[in-house]
Amino acid sequence: MSEKKIKNVFVEGAITPLKIADAIAHHQIKTNIGAHDIFLGQVRADEINGKIVKAIDYSAYEEMANKVFDEIREAAFEKYDLTCAHIYHSKGIVKAGELCLFVFTSSKHRAMAFDATRYITEEIKAKAPIFGKEIFEDETHTWKVNK
Amino acid sequence: MKLAVKYFGMIAEAIGKQEEQLEITGNSVLEVDVFLKNKYAKLEFLNYKFAVNQVLVDGIKRLKENDEIALLPPFAGG
Repeated sequence: MSEKKIKNVFVEGAITPLKIADAIAHHQIKTNIGAHDIFLGQVRADEINGKIVKAIDYSAYEEMANKVFDEIREAAFEKYDLTCAHIYHSKGIVKAGELCLFVFTSSKHRAMAFDATRYITEEIKAKAPIFGKEIFEDETHTWKVNK
Repeated sequence: MKLAVKYFGMIAEAIGKQEEQLEITGNSVLEVDVFLKNKYAKLEFLNYKFAVNQVLVDGIKRLKENDEIALLPPFAGG
């Protein structure tokens, strides 16, 4: 069995709109693609017990999370006819309004890209060992739990 | 047996550390859980799952010397 290199999906801090624009640009040479689909997760300024979330500090069991992301990506390629699939997730502080997750799928036609993006995003929420400390404006915090 | 134990998120915060080496009697995840709850009373009130060598496991999972066992609180990715 060949040693497969597991990709690191983690980006320090927020995912910038520039990174997303660059990712799109990098796919323009792949002319067999007819449809891209993108999911972007953004940090909400939720109000919890009268306090407003100003940022989420993400931490992760990174070695395990990268393996889980790799498995999710592989499973997506098995299930859907994809040309490409990329996943990026933040670690560290991401302020309200900034992006923390970028899922980018490409296929010949739209249906596969739509379905794969949803599948990957739901799998990440359920399976990736990532933890989020919601920091309030008064510097106290609570721990986020995915619904 | 000797295990590398890792703590994350609210678990790490509650017990005040991120990892440690522990000498534990017994060889199942369930026994490790009992051991840790005796050592850190706060764990009784927290919700977490176990991963052994970076794979989620249930309580009957058998452990080997030098396994890496992690306590994972609810996930919040995405």
